[in-house]
Amino acid sequence: MTNMEKYINAFKESLEIDDSIITDELAFDSIPEWDSVGHMRLMASLEDTFDIMFETEDIMDFSSLGKGKEILKKYNVDL
Amino acid sequence: MLEKHLEYLSQDPYGMAREAKQEYLRKCLQDLIIHHRDNCSEYARVLEALAYDDSSAKELEDLPFLPVQLFKEFELMSVPKSAVVKTMMSSGTSGQKRSKVFLDRPTAMAQSRCLSNIMASFIGKKRLPMIILDTELAKKDPRMFSARGAGIIGFSLFGRDVFFALDDNMEIRWKDLQEYIERHSGERIVLFGYTYIIWQYIVKAMQNKKKNMGLTDGTLFHIGGWKKLQAESVSAQTYNQALKDVCGDIDIHNYYGMAEQLGSVFVECENGHMHCSVFSDVIIRDPKDFRACGIGEEGLVELISVLPSSYPGHVLLTEDWGRIMGEDDCPCGRKGKYFELQGRIKKAEIRGCSDTYGQ
Repeated sequence: MTNMEKYINAFKESLEIDDSIITDELAFDSIPEWDSVGHMRLMASLEDTFDIMFETEDIMDFSSLGKGKEILKKYNVDL
Repeated sequence: MLEKHLEYLSQDPYGMAREAKQEYLRKCLQDLIIHHRDNCSEYARVLEALAYDDSSAKELEDLPFLPVQLFKEFELMSVPKSAVVKTMMSSGTSGQKRSKVFLDRPTAMAQSRCLSNIMASFIGKKRLPMIILDTELAKKDPRMFSARGAGIIGFSLFGRDVFFALDDNMEIRWKDLQEYIERHSGERIVLFGYTYIIWQYIVKAMQNKKKNMGLTDGTLFHIGGWKKLQAESVSAQTYNQALKDVCGDIDIHNYYGMAEQLGSVFVECENGHMHCSVFSDVIIRDPKDFRACGIGEEGLVELISVLPSSYPGHVLLTEDWGRIMGEDDCPCGRKGKYFELQGRIKKAEIRGCSDTYGQ
């Protein structure tokens, strides 16, 4: 699996959503599945997947699927 | 939080002395008053009824306050309903009206950042292993946004490998807990929970079983209020000692905040003083004539927060009783007012303060 596939998979599995709504614009709190609880699950899943540890600041900045890609760059994850 | 105030969120929470703080807060609050007056018709009517005049308000104590009970009676918001991303409910025990607080994205974000900044000044910026002294509430009912559940989620942001110490039946997951502590031995651990739940389901349970977590480096934060503990005649001192007896060598910080002003919390320092951060302030009012009391005088607690922009909760008169102990001169070195809470006023309704479990 490529890193991009792993990234998308983390969204699908931790938020329990399907491909049809996966876009860069998918935003925190824009769907019921991505609420605060879903967010914490998603963050934990990404940390496990890429073996990284987010700073609190980045967890709060992680406001959309697209924004998350930028944040992962900071942790040297090439998507 | 208003967009033009966002830059203030990165300030040192305890670094501003009185004169500068008064000036900064007055500016923020005046902006907020205008914002809420322009966007919340109920708030505008209150200002009108008070004949409030911007130019006559010289001190923070001159700013108009809303009784916190208003949030139970009315749906107060200063943004279009479509901008509301979360509706917070205060805990309130059964049969009572609960406050409704409407959050838009900027306010919710400002609350998280503010809490994060305040907590970082106690535990640092790094996310530490975290034990929640509660059950995984969100698992049972993820859409239930009670103050208790939201408090846990909001706090777990600062932790990693978050562990819930209680199972669904409020029993300690003793074996898993021991494994968790073992796994993180040598690391500093943060613990979080609600004052009464910790007492009832952690301290008492562990005392009965004569168990000890054996922590060697931990910081515990608890919130929720002393009402039920007072009924059992448990003092803060007794509480802290009992907690250390079952947890080990930990620092304990009680903190205080309202569902109506999430984020800008008041944390007790190592001297047991409740501190205002640069994002909040406290004024004590005489219940007879609502004049502002001086240092040491007891009265009703009014709380100021720079965060609420989606609802007019920036200046609230609570039903709590307390006194200011000093300003800028606490031995812990933190600037700002520090105070002591002395409970709830007698005529106030009984509220659970997030600290209710099946009662």
